[in-house]
Amino acid sequence: MLTKRIIPCLDVTGGRVVKGTSFTNLRDAGDPVEQAAFYYGEGADELVFLDIGATPEGRETMVHVVENVAKQVFVPLCVGGGLRTIEDMRRMLKAGADKVSINTAAVQNPGLLREGAAIFGRQCMVLAVDARRLTNDSTAAWEVCTHGGRKPTGIDVLKWIEKAVDLGAGEILLTSWDADGHRSGYDNELNRAVSELVTVPVIASGGAGTLEHLYQALSLGKADAVLAASIFHYREFSIRQTKEYLAAKGIPVRLQ
Amino acid sequence: MGKDTKIIAVIDYGAGNIGSVVNALVNLGHRPTVTGSASAILNADAVFLPGVGAAADTMKSLSAAGIDECVKKLVDLKKPLFAICVGLQVLLDATEEGGEYKCLGIIPGRVCMLPAGLKIPHMGWNQVKQIHAHPIFTGIPDNTNFYFVHSYYARPMDRSVIAGTTEYGLEFCSMIINDNLFATQFHPEKSGEPGLRMYSNFLKYSLL
Repeated sequence: MLTKRIIPCLDVTGGRVVKGTSFTNLRDAGDPVEQAAFYYGEGADELVFLDIGATPEGRETMVHVVENVAKQVFVPLCVGGGLRTIEDMRRMLKAGADKVSINTAAVQNPGLLREGAAIFGRQCMVLAVDARRLTNDSTAAWEVCTHGGRKPTGIDVLKWIEKAVDLGAGEILLTSWDADGHRSGYDNELNRAVSELVTVPVIASGGAGTLEHLYQALSLGKADAVLAASIFHYREFSIRQTKEYLAAKGIPVRLQ
Repeated sequence: MGKDTKIIAVIDYGAGNIGSVVNALVNLGHRPTVTGSASAILNADAVFLPGVGAAADTMKSLSAAGIDECVKKLVDLKKPLFAICVGLQVLLDATEEGGEYKCLGIIPGRVCMLPAGLKIPHMGWNQVKQIHAHPIFTGIPDNTNFYFVHSYYARPMDRSVIAGTTEYGLEFCSMIINDNLFATQFHPEKSGEPGLRMYSNFLKYSLL
């Protein structure tokens, strides 16, 4: 049986891992290569690196981080943040990333998904979506935010994701703008709506504070994978402990 | 004999994620040669055929680089060969990916799309059931999880070549062994320690 993936996320800026609340108030959380090796040793199923600075210098630093990580970490690596062109993606994949995630660039130029999928294969193309809740009633709706969550676009999340999958997105990295950094649980209404909408895998992100939250995203939210940052960075829970908890609740996970 | 006296080639045909295969081999203490030259490939003691993306594109790249015949020759000569993911798929007669596309025809059978109803691609860690006992599985327990990412699967006609199977909507062939030809639908180079162990077992077995 296919297992559910547990994915630590490393937000990187200026060559350091950082953690903030709703995309702001950043705190230092360590060296990205060391952190990656640590999570690999703990049994992480995959790693996501997001360059939240998204400056040209930051991208240069990230290429080196990815090169170094790929030499010692033998699980899939996904890299995103500030990738705007096919050439940006090619550099990250060449450095050792298995997937690239794009957000703002895809919204501005959806053709990038088609082009990237044609060149690198769909499985390389992860669409990152920052979803901001518009309503709280039964007609739940979310809007796409770009530029690291700072810019609302007025685009409907579900419509955008459906279109993006048609174009070539092979996986969705879905972050709840409202829940991110608050540690009060994922937006599982959002996770479920997207998981049921598309046939590609969905990674739930934003809001993990307890192991129960991860369980809820995988059960109620129907996500294929969960991404979390702070609960792992500050060593509140180990990956092993997380997986044992989920396994005891009947969620298939990789434990060896 | 020392590790350096044997030549390990990773086939470079302008596609596929060769970097991660090379990183895995370097981590195991080897110095693989990355090459697209048919003579260098045929001269090696063990060969890796990486693959990622679409089978039809991979076949086109292999043919354009003149490596299709070289791979067939490796198998005829019973040279140790490890094919990965789409590298496995192109060993069969044909794939239904992108219509119908002729492949290398080394292993009789076809490559078909995974059944509808589940998430496609099949992406993530899944168990490989070991069908035969083989030194390649030394130190790797039955039903160990390996990392998969694919939308099509191989259906070899001769079931005796199936060395491993995996469950995803159906039980499909996730590993082939035929003499010195080894092929996995999963990515050992992305499957943590058990994956590295499989490459190490293959090289030990091949380079004796």
